[in-house]
Amino acid sequence: MGEHHPSHEHSELDATELRVRALQTILTEKGYIEPAALDAIVETYQTRIGPRNGARVVAKAWADPAYLDWLLRDASAAIASLGYTGRQGEHMVALPNTEQVHNLVVCTLCSCYPWPVLGLPPVWYKSAPYRSRVVRDPRGVLAEFGVTLPPGQEIRVWDSTAEVRYLVIPLRPPGTEGLTEEELAELVTRDSMIGTGLPRTPEP
Amino acid sequence: MSAPYTSYSDLGGRTGFGPIEPEDEDVRFHADWEPAALALVLAMGATGSWNIDMSRAARETLPHYLRLSYYQIWLAALEKLMLERGQVHPDELAAGHMLHPPVPLARVLRREQVPSVLAAGSPTLRDAGPPARFAPGDRVRTRAHAVPHHTRLPGYARGKVGTIAKVHGAHVFADVHAQGLGEDPQTLYTVVFEASELWGADAAPGVRVSIDAWETYLDLA
Repeated sequence: MGEHHPSHEHSELDATELRVRALQTILTEKGYIEPAALDAIVETYQTRIGPRNGARVVAKAWADPAYLDWLLRDASAAIASLGYTGRQGEHMVALPNTEQVHNLVVCTLCSCYPWPVLGLPPVWYKSAPYRSRVVRDPRGVLAEFGVTLPPGQEIRVWDSTAEVRYLVIPLRPPGTEGLTEEELAELVTRDSMIGTGLPRTPEP
Repeated sequence: MSAPYTSYSDLGGRTGFGPIEPEDEDVRFHADWEPAALALVLAMGATGSWNIDMSRAARETLPHYLRLSYYQIWLAALEKLMLERGQVHPDELAAGHMLHPPVPLARVLRREQVPSVLAAGSPTLRDAGPPARFAPGDRVRTRAHAVPHHTRLPGYARGKVGTIAKVHGAHVFADVHAQGLGEDPQTLYTVVFEASELWGADAAPGVRVSIDAWETYLDLA
């Protein structure tokens, strides 16, 4: 315990890999885990649960005022109606950006994140630089993502300190009037649903 | 007397951690062992040996928290939780094999159960709970003192005055749940603070910050 060799990052990673293999062996031998269940978990988060789910929610909210209304009243139910439910998304709240207010989500205490709609959180979301600074200097953080908001647009930071999970609904980009929901979803980036990005604008 | 409780994960407002490194949204994992680490943590979590708040407590009290990657934090906490329960032993972790008989578990996650278990999650909203003391618009002050156990009131929001913005109903109270003392559901609120209340003269203009706070954390201001 306690051995730490920051200059040997590669061997550190190898050590972690050995540790994971050892754990997997021990837990399998003891009958605590079923290896096929591990494969199913990984497959789920590799292929079925990711930010394209959230993009479909946002695109539908942009295209369908009745759906947007439902999403703002009861996000858990409106999102579940598209088939996205479960772990780390049990209690959802949608945060619509407006010309006046830009929403930004963080978990300063750990890594709370809406998995059913956004998948596994990116490394920066779980890391100290973002978690420490975004509640104090959100404009500085946004600048590191290449985002500058209009002066006068307030920033509202949501620290997910309990089991409520937040999905930002970015402003629909101009020039998207004729697009289908599928085309709209392609404009919605993961970061735009956390608040650290803005949606793409369509190719002219 | 029990050892003092120290959380190393309460990072809001701290300085000196350097720049943020944005990454492409198609990146899922950063090392070959990470998918297995994720799956081990979720599969052992599904055995019902501990709850999510106990997991968070195990992670945030790791002394090397800030030097570990997030999946390394998960792994170290998983080992700690299993060692505490005698589910694995130090000599087994060193040997990489079972050396002691297994202990009984409430359940084992089977492959065919994975979709339904992940899709169900673990909702924390409860029908029963004491009536809400506060309503939207109420001015409240957060608890100022530190507590010697897991809590979800961040340090930067201790002893601050904010406004109730939303009432979420009665939720399992993390502080109590993490200590294995039951669910103690109580009303959860979104409380909004002006940046100047949190950061004084350093506050950025045009910024408000909210936390989700259980009723125990709050008093009328």
